[in-house]
Amino acid sequence: MQINLKDLKRTYGDLHAVDGISLSIPSNTIYGIIGKSGAGKSTLVRLISLLERPDAGEVFFDDIRVDDLKKDALIERRRRIGMIFQNFNLFSSRNAEQNIAYPLEITGTPKGEIDQRVQTLLALVGLEGRGKAPISTLSGGQKQRVAIARALACNPDILFCDEATSALDPQTTHSILALLKDIQRKMSLTVVMITHQMEVVRDACDQVAVLNDGVVVEQGLVADIFANPSSEVTKEFLTHLVGVDDASASDQMVQWSKNSGAYTLRFRGGTTDQPILSKISRQVGVDFNIRAGGVQKVGDVHIGTMIVDINGEAEAQKKAIEALNQMGVVVEEEQSI
Amino acid sequence: MSKLWVLVFGATMETLSMVLFSTLFSLILGLPLGILLAATSSEEQGGIIPHPVLNNLLGRIVNVLRSFPFIILMILLFPLSRLLIGTSIGTTATIVPLSIAAAPFVARIIETALKEVDPGVVQAARAMGSTNFQIVRKVLIPEALPSLVSGVTLTIINLIGYSAMAGAIGGGGLGDLAIRYGYQRFRGDIMFVAVVVILVLVEIIQVIGNKISARLLARR
Ligand SMILES: Nc1ncnc2c1ncn2[C@@H]1O[C@H](COP(=O)(O)OP(=O)(O)O)[C@@H](O)[C@H]1O
Ligand SMILES: [Mg+2]
Repeated sequence: MQINLKDLKRTYGDLHAVDGISLSIPSNTIYGIIGKSGAGKSTLVRLISLLERPDAGEVFFDDIRVDDLKKDALIERRRRIGMIFQNFNLFSSRNAEQNIAYPLEITGTPKGEIDQRVQTLLALVGLEGRGKAPISTLSGGQKQRVAIARALACNPDILFCDEATSALDPQTTHSILALLKDIQRKMSLTVVMITHQMEVVRDACDQVAVLNDGVVVEQGLVADIFANPSSEVTKEFLTHLVGVDDASASDQMVQWSKNSGAYTLRFRGGTTDQPILSKISRQVGVDFNIRAGGVQKVGDVHIGTMIVDINGEAEAQKKAIEALNQMGVVVEEEQSI
Repeated sequence: MSKLWVLVFGATMETLSMVLFSTLFSLILGLPLGILLAATSSEEQGGIIPHPVLNNLLGRIVNVLRSFPFIILMILLFPLSRLLIGTSIGTTATIVPLSIAAAPFVARIIETALKEVDPGVVQAARAMGSTNFQIVRKVLIPEALPSLVSGVTLTIINLIGYSAMAGAIGGGGLGDLAIRYGYQRFRGDIMFVAVVVILVLVEIIQVIGNKISARLLARR
């Protein structure tokens, strides 16, 4: 199921929570939407999941307009959308399997069929035998698994995840993302994953849109955006990801950067194999001082990030940067030190 | 001696039947009203069909009814009792003002309990394609059940108190017994027993209510 958004707008009072968003979310992928708190992510997802109507703009599922559906058609359409949340939003009055049964009950599925389907779903999310467990006895990860099973009960074609891993520790986040990727493939779902964590985008998404103040500031393949971010917001997210903004790194930055600029180098795939730095160092006569670095695996592509000082004459520094650019390395100058 | 117990037993039965039926009728009146109050409240308060005008109107009616002193309400409702029951005196007739006095109380208690339900859970139910009726019946009421049970317990206890008050103007039951024998005929022993029975009834209801509520919570 492909999703198309045309110039969506939603205001609360005079706050433009979603301020003209157009996106094309392809079928059968995991599409990330990342943004800081208050960027408008949840509002956007409420518009696309038909929980709220936009003030302006249109939503299409496979070329069928859905934002203006009438009451009965709207409820019918929502029944084929799955949604999971940061706080799980499970029914505390129901145990695990009764939670999973809920969407089947409201669509009038026969009892025998419900029981069968619930067992299948429990197995799918790795909770065999835990069906009778009261929700309060489950861990965060298990709760999200129940929520995922519940969201998938009616065989949806779209799954929305609003900060689905934000309340979980890194290990659990990892296992939930793995489950979502697995399910996406098995059920050919279109998954829209809302998050404020770049790790989630890196580990699970094929494409990403970066949201800020209600508008999309950048979008594209995750590997491309990691290698060559164009907006400040995206760069900031990436900085957090490689962990170079922690105290020790900035201490070293002060110490090492007295007479030289500090640069962030990003490079991908093949270029990583060559001894670029030492080569350029010899050719133009500069020294590279490496302060921090790392390699991230984004999908199947390796993205390297390195924070360096380039020591040498101004002219030589410029030449070094040009040479780096020619070899496909993106060079960013540190904003402020 | 045995005459006293016959009197007390009869009055206790009258009180119990008054309280039972008025609880029932006040729930029948108050439950829809409470659901409507919660459902029509603003979106921020978790209303599923926000309707400020209706919400305001219902809220005012409930408040006016609640602020009426019960004795006055009962006298005002004598004609209604006569119309419905054929008399304005006695146990059966008293059920009418008791139910009407308790209904707005029940409505507020139900409204409060339903509003306590996590809005996120309601949003999830809506996202799954629940109709408004399904949200009320399968989400709001089950999720709020422990609070609802506590609310009904409180209603029953209040009704025991009101029914005793109704005794002062010919309502029957333990209050009536205490006034007619204990006060007007100086039978302190009967007054004492009647009061003790009322206290015991209240205590029993409270304990049962707490047990049910706790058991519901423990299963979660
Ligand atoms: N129902 C609402 N009423 C008023 N303001 C809202 C409402 N929902 C969201 N907002 C505001 O819209 C902005 C975007 O919110 P949200 O979409 O929740 O952001 P995010 O999910 O990215 O953190 C915030 O400033 C928030 O306060
Ligand atoms: Mg949010």
